[in-house]
Amino acid sequence: MNRIARLIVFLLGATGLAALFILAFLRLPGPDDLRNRTADRANALTVPARHTTNAVSTVNFDYRAFDTIGEEFILFVSVMGVLVLFRETHAKPAREILRDSSTPGRDLAPSDAIRAWTLVMVAPKILFGLYIIAHGALTPGGGFQGGVILATAPLILFLATDFRTFQKIASFHLVEITEAFGAAAFVLIGVVGLFAQRAYLTNVLPMGTTSRLTSGGMIPLISVAVGLEVAAGFVLLLYVFLQESLTVEHGEA
Amino acid sequence: MIIYAAFAVAVWLLLIGLYGVITSRHLVHLCLCLIVVQSATYVLLTAIGYRPGAIAPIFADKPPGTPAVDPVMQALMLTDIVVEATVVALLLAIIVQIKKHDEATDPDQVDQMKG
Repeated sequence: MNRIARLIVFLLGATGLAALFILAFLRLPGPDDLRNRTADRANALTVPARHTTNAVSTVNFDYRAFDTIGEEFILFVSVMGVLVLFRETHAKPAREILRDSSTPGRDLAPSDAIRAWTLVMVAPKILFGLYIIAHGALTPGGGFQGGVILATAPLILFLATDFRTFQKIASFHLVEITEAFGAAAFVLIGVVGLFAQRAYLTNVLPMGTTSRLTSGGMIPLISVAVGLEVAAGFVLLLYVFLQESLTVEHGEA
Repeated sequence: MIIYAAFAVAVWLLLIGLYGVITSRHLVHLCLCLIVVQSATYVLLTAIGYRPGAIAPIFADKPPGTPAVDPVMQALMLTDIVVEATVVALLLAIIVQIKKHDEATDPDQVDQMKG
């Protein structure tokens, strides 16, 4: 199908879609009817029933933890898909790839300013990531957000040094194992509910005192498991994409 | 009233993203347009969860029972944003392989995408 024909088909479809949207728009319920009743329940129950103060994390890691497992495994499978797609590059002997990265595909060495700033930033970054993960049940944050912050630490190390150093710091196998461990931990934490003769992923651990790191029963545990998996998954993505681009640059040069 | 404006923005993002997907001449551009389509869901979900005058659903420094926006919608979105990033990485990996295989980045020149 040529471009013009395709555009015409799209415009026809889009006009129809827009018309349907406008029709739907005219008959929208008022804001009061749109209110989600589960929202009120979740907000009302968070502090008294779960002794946590972040309703979003409580929903994510407790009330709809089963759905979060599904979402986490979308992440897991995507990362796996990327690894599979880049398996050829990865299967090359390590020596060859190392030579590629040391024959700098980057024309400019990082400046002293970047090196110094990275050195200053790495530790606070890791600390901040861990803080966000650990306080997920209490203040804005949680495993997903903290995991991404953690994953940026190796990335800025790469910016200041080169891929070889990145490889040394982010050991591929270790990161791979961490990702699998995070995913497995989430699934296994859910089994605890079965042992207490409740449904899978029921929050059966003691809820603790409100506003403590340990409050919320399984919520902080799941938050840590998710944090590990997200951080490791993103580091794996960085790893294979960097590896891929560095080898390709060398091959084409 | 703000919720209706947000619905309109969501529809607009969906349509403009689809337009970009259809007229795209580069696979990376196509991937970015897909992200625009997906951001329509973010706008839609936050709009549904919005309540005038309510606080964010964090009760660390507010007494329980303070009117708060819908935490379920926010939970849906925050997982979605992180998951979307990895899915985009998967798409980009596919694009890298297509480029290697077919030496083409224009969707029209990729044999497997001809329809």
